Amino acid sequence: MAIRVFLTLLLFLSLSNIVSSIYEDQVGLMDWHQQYIGKVKHAVFHTQKTGRKRVLVSTEENVVASLDLRHGEIFWRHVLGTNDVVDGLDIALGKYVITLSSGGSILRAWNLPDGQMVWESSLQGSKESKSILNVPKNLKADKDDLILVFGKGCLHAISGIDGEVLWRKDFAGESIEVTDIIQSTEVIYVAGFVGSSNFNVYLLNAETGEFLKNNHLVLPFRTSGELLSIPGDKFVVLDSARSKIVTINIKNGDINYNQKQISDLIEDSSGQAVILPSRLPGLFALKINSWVLLIKVTNEGELVVVHKIDNTAAFSNALSISEDQHVFACVQYEDNKVHLSVKDVNDWNSDLLKENLVIDHQRGNIEKIFINNYVRTDRSHGFRALMVMEDHSLLLVQQGEIVWSREDGLASVVDVTTSELPVEKEGVSVAKVEQNLFEWLKGHVLKLKGTLMIASPEDKVAIQKLRLRSSEKSKMTRDHNGFRKLLIVLTRAGKVFALHTGDGHVVWSIMSHTLRKSEECEHPVGLNIYQWQVPHHHALDENPSILVIGRCGPSLTAPTVLSFLDAYTGKELNSLSLAHTVARVIPLPYTDSTEQRLHLIIDINKHAYLYPKTPEAIEILKREFSNIYWYSVEADNGVIRGHALKSNCIHEVVDEYCFVFRDLWSIVFPSESEKIIATVSRKSNEVVHTQAKVMTDHDVMYKYISKNILFVANAAPKASGEIGTATPEEAWLVIYIIDTVTGRILHRMIHHGCQGPVHAVFSENWVVYHYFNLRAHRNEMSVIEVYDQSRADNKDIWKFVLGKHNLTSPISSYYRPEVSAKSQSYFFTHSVKAIEVTSTAKGITSKHLLIGTIGDQVLAIDKRFLDPRRTLNPSQAEKEEGIIPLSDSLPIISQSYITHSLKIEGLRGIVTVPAKLESTSLVFAYGVDLFFTQIAPSKTYDSLTEDFSYALLLLTIVALVAALFVTWVLSERKDLQEKWR
Amino acid sequence: MASFTKSLILFLFIEFCFSVLPSSFAQSPVPGSSEGYTIYGRVKIPSFGNREFSLPAKVSNVKVILNGGQRVSFVRPDGYFSFHNVPAGTHLIEVAAIGYFFSPVRVDVSARNPGKIQAALTENRRGLSEFVLEPLKGEQYYEIREPFSIMSIVKSPMGLMMGFMLIVVFLMPKLMENMDPEEMKRAQEEMRNQGVPSLASLLPGAARSN
Repeated sequence: MAIRVFLTLLLFLSLSNIVSSIYEDQVGLMDWHQQYIGKVKHAVFHTQKTGRKRVLVSTEENVVASLDLRHGEIFWRHVLGTNDVVDGLDIALGKYVITLSSGGSILRAWNLPDGQMVWESSLQGSKESKSILNVPKNLKADKDDLILVFGKGCLHAISGIDGEVLWRKDFAGESIEVTDIIQSTEVIYVAGFVGSSNFNVYLLNAETGEFLKNNHLVLPFRTSGELLSIPGDKFVVLDSARSKIVTINIKNGDINYNQKQISDLIEDSSGQAVILPSRLPGLFALKINSWVLLIKVTNEGELVVVHKIDNTAAFSNALSISEDQHVFACVQYEDNKVHLSVKDVNDWNSDLLKENLVIDHQRGNIEKIFINNYVRTDRSHGFRALMVMEDHSLLLVQQGEIVWSREDGLASVVDVTTSELPVEKEGVSVAKVEQNLFEWLKGHVLKLKGTLMIASPEDKVAIQKLRLRSSEKSKMTRDHNGFRKLLIVLTRAGKVFALHTGDGHVVWSIMSHTLRKSEECEHPVGLNIYQWQVPHHHALDENPSILVIGRCGPSLTAPTVLSFLDAYTGKELNSLSLAHTVARVIPLPYTDSTEQRLHLIIDINKHAYLYPKTPEAIEILKREFSNIYWYSVEADNGVIRGHALKSNCIHEVVDEYCFVFRDLWSIVFPSESEKIIATVSRKSNEVVHTQAKVMTDHDVMYKYISKNILFVANAAPKASGEIGTATPEEAWLVIYIIDTVTGRILHRMIHHGCQGPVHAVFSENWVVYHYFNLRAHRNEMSVIEVYDQSRADNKDIWKFVLGKHNLTSPISSYYRPEVSAKSQSYFFTHSVKAIEVTSTAKGITSKHLLIGTIGDQVLAIDKRFLDPRRTLNPSQAEKEEGIIPLSDSLPIISQSYITHSLKIEGLRGIVTVPAKLESTSLVFAYGVDLFFTQIAPSKTYDSLTEDFSYALLLLTIVALVAALFVTWVLSERKDLQEKWR
Repeated sequence: MASFTKSLILFLFIEFCFSVLPSSFAQSPVPGSSEGYTIYGRVKIPSFGNREFSLPAKVSNVKVILNGGQRVSFVRPDGYFSFHNVPAGTHLIEVAAIGYFFSPVRVDVSARNPGKIQAALTENRRGLSEFVLEPLKGEQYYEIREPFSIMSIVKSPMGLMMGFMLIVVFLMPKLMENMDPEEMKRAQEEMRNQGVPSLASLLPGAARSN
């Protein structure tokens, strides 16, 4: 009885707090938010005028941003759509930032100080082509500023003031591959190749776009097509064998060419020659082997090697610092140092600047460099250089020092795992000396003032400081509640970062040498990151380790690289370059005696490789040989297959760590009506607390809980594209729930008139998925819960007493239990980018769904809103149980945005990790920005909140004691009077 | 050049046609290419009455999203936005602005009637006669701290406890005084007979179920 009363009370309490929200002054207490931009592609400095100096950048994450040149902070930033790749960036009229994006079809102007979009212009064209943005710098003042854009096979002249298209010239019919546009005062030259040997130049009137002249020149050989223009009407190109340099001069409308063998310029010309795309006046840079030749093109078209540089990393474009002085920067490596030198184009012997830099080895090579000049107090020229590194970070170098750096690799996180921090050693005091009691009390009095809203503004500032300062948060040891962890993230550049969950600072970062650009590995990419070794409780002196899996190139056939890292220090323990490819990695639920987890790497040739390569691992695998199952999804063919290990590989050389596997089952979906668009399975490390669910009528439903369960969403082939391309009649979604050991379809259902994209999350015995309903033209979310019917008759207590239940019978996938599924659908307002569910240590706490909306926010929705048992009029008993009356759409309560007023720009994924404290789940969301917070779906029932007012408690106790004494004295006195009477 | 002027005239003509029809708004087939239409619209953020806690409305951070992320557009200072080359069909436009709740908008671009666009809010199925998107409500991301008041202390569990104690301490003796002395004596007798009341006897249900 008492238990029931207590439960009802608990339920009442939890019901009253469906929303877990925070106060405005709690921002930053448990959460942190970091803003990034990604790997910089273009950079333009804006330092001419007095005022704030800034650099404008566009990045590979489609970000356009304005950065503070002093500190590297973001003034403003815009994240364009995923298909809206930025092709060009420049400044026009001194006040607008011009970006060309979407393959040369969208031109936008942003206001320089605040980033407000001023105008947008859509450029039409019919043909895919190279897109070129050309903002002339030195036009006469009487002309309004023309912006020349070549995109989609058309040349457009656009007014810089309002984005109006003044004229356009279509080159689509000319079959010319335009590679460059040169503008002189009255004439515009459009140069390019027709085919690979016919060089063409079109002359246009700059004011009207009128076609003036067409010159062409047929070269007697084929060219490589990479045409570089040398400012001042010259072009260089290599022939298709890359053995000759061809110089083309188009002076006065006549075209003539010169050619020269590369072997005449350098003795050892065996390597492949490449023209570097740096624009230098009268010069070009040719890279051959490890040498870079700077070659001057004379007015007669002669080629003269003016300089030879070894071990060169990067060249900048030319920068004009005065009327006739052009400079450029080049970076060289020597030992562990980096030499940055700025040279005058016309004067080779002196360096305007020569600096030695020490750059952290973990940043890799310098990929790009942009320079800018400033005038020193003694009127000489100083230079600053912006460097883009191999790990995508951004550095500003001035006077031989790194002024600021940005870890922009973190804008492209591909995978996340976590690691515990080391245990605090006894006898070693890590914490600083405790504050004295007075300080402590003062802090709490301040907090009390804050809660009672009687704090003055100064007090509020002091409170906020006090809260954010709390040193506990960012300590480097494990805490009792498990809030402090290391988030280990792998970025696309292949760099691994460890972030502290307390405040998000980078604890260590490493770029493994196997994941760096090298001869064998041209374009390494990071793929996945796994926990390799998690020491058990009795071996806490060992450090956990991490497995990083990468690939030497974007294609599936590229070889695999593995790297093993120490999770505490970031040191590389071991690395392997493998001969085989990687299609999938399966962490097995077995560990060896040193707590190393067994992993199977499946390659594209249907082989499975076991790691670690130890005899003990083989032993364990042999023992569990028949218990290892996995599945593969071939989305293009519409097939899902189940696999199991068969035997060792049959090679010439016996490799006992290599296995072949057999297909157990396959499900072939009809390709004319279904196309696989999403598959989701359960997280392997999820903990389920209760197997049964008690209904309102004291009935028991057993959850169908299996690790080997897969959710598949198939769309109609016609409706597998974007919204707006299909009609409701030709669209449908077919949902399957499949057992991946037997290939049995547990449940199948169809949503008519619906289409993808489907985002889903699988947890315990339910799956929640989001899709688009074309009939209602709204987003919809559905829930399916799967229950095990075969155990349904276990609820009779007499069977338990007599031992006739089947609860102890082994659960096997071959057992074919009878399952039933319940489902319900609701409208949801927003489109979705990611869905995740909270996970807690023991799975007792109720669950919240975390929905990454299209507006880059994360919304928490109680799972009880997605319960198939919701009805329009729940009975009293159902209400008591916490069933919410059915509504057609899911409510969006703005306080339950866990990101509150922040945006995680370019949101791509959400990761939840259980804390040690059962009530709390840690949430990490990543995209271009990173965001971390901890949430308590049922409030923190097992601990006092951060906000708990100890002062109020103390005050109450003191008041109670005082009252006790007063009443005692009073009663004593009264007693005495009674006695005297 | 000639085709451009022609299509400009066509555009003006269509604009004229649809300025007559109140339930639709004008847009033009794209000059030079026939692959799509242009959707023009406007985001209008009115200043809500009491917005002391929310962020100031910044137009530069407003994004307009077509078909769940297929394309993203930004608004101009006057609130106008546009999507070019949109094929005929039914589309979805969402507005992402921190601090405001916008309903997604269903946009029908007619293929038969080139230039005709119909829009309706999907949340409340209200049609839009003009393509002006306004937030349905402002969003409040934070709980508001209740200002300090005596009532909140009184209402809190501790306050209630204190209140009850005060009643017992000060009011009970008063009540006792007003009681009949004989009745009082009888009550005291009863108390003595029963002995000290235990917690178990106070909770009848608990005693049994334990």
